[in-house]
Amino acid sequence: MELPPTPEEERARIIRGRNRALALVLAAFAVLFFFITIAKMKAGAP
Amino acid sequence: MTASAAPAVPLPADWRDFFALTKPRVMSLVIFTGLCGLLAAPVAIDPILGFTAILCIAVGAGGSAALNQWWEADLDAQMKRTAQRPLPAGRMDRTVARDFGIGLSVGSVLVMGLAVSWLAAAILALSIIYYSVVYTIWLKPRTPQNIVIGGGAGAFPPMIGWIAATGDVTLMPVLLFAIIFFWTPPHFWALALFVETDYAKAGIPMMPVVAGHQSTRRQILVYAVLLLPLTMAPFWLGVAGWLYGISALVLSGLFLLLALRVAVFRGGAADDDMRPEKRLFGFSVIYLFALFAMLVADRFLIG
Repeated sequence: MELPPTPEEERARIIRGRNRALALVLAAFAVLFFFITIAKMKAGAP
Repeated sequence: MTASAAPAVPLPADWRDFFALTKPRVMSLVIFTGLCGLLAAPVAIDPILGFTAILCIAVGAGGSAALNQWWEADLDAQMKRTAQRPLPAGRMDRTVARDFGIGLSVGSVLVMGLAVSWLAAAILALSIIYYSVVYTIWLKPRTPQNIVIGGGAGAFPPMIGWIAATGDVTLMPVLLFAIIFFWTPPHFWALALFVETDYAKAGIPMMPVVAGHQSTRRQILVYAVLLLPLTMAPFWLGVAGWLYGISALVLSGLFLLLALRVAVFRGGAADDDMRPEKRLFGFSVIYLFALFAMLVADRFLIG
């Protein structure tokens, strides 16, 4: 039978999940800004 | 010491708690109406910039929802419907929620301004301040008209979507704003009629708590009557075609019938479980989705 996680393990799991979510959001932002720049350049905006 | 003793240091909030803080269900309606405003506009916007505008509207709505929950954490703890939210349930620190809300709000306005339009960004900022400060902090705890004036906050997204596409404020985005503004009171008051005890317990002066059921039902009917000509206005003014016109007539007619049932033709044991109110509340959500979907369908199919 599997033992329930200790508070330390639970804390590490939550922080790991948060870090992954943050990394995903930042990566998505970098991609979005790249495409925004392309779109603005196509439109001839300053 | 028992095996189930709480850890000395509380666990940090999970990413799901941050997501819950943005009120994803409300956000879905905001995204939808914002997208409809953007698509119904007579000017085509670059898909990337259009996506960015909708993303900013959604993130701005999420930020103001987080600020709303930060301010109302104590009230939420008193209501069954909201007691399990991250703050009242003790899964998140209040300052973290506040900073998260401010971060999302400021970020969404800045990106909207830099990438899409500063006019759309200014209205987005106004909508965030309207919801977080005017509605949440000022009106909601003070007046039973909180929903009427606060409804303005939810009415901004289609207007912002339209302005993001056109860069201009014309009659149509103002009409879209007015439709949601007049839809909000009957939608929320129908809900408030069947969760009245929760609001009363938390000391929020919702209309049924302050003015009573009869007055609330009459006012629901007044707003439903006003909604009919208002939703027909885009058709009468020639901004929308017959597909939208017929849909608006049918949908607003049904809305009015359900409001009549709540306000006038009530009685008998079958109505004691608040079935007419629950039906009106449920239909009001479908009504808004369908009305805006028809506006976009009309634009693309009828032109």
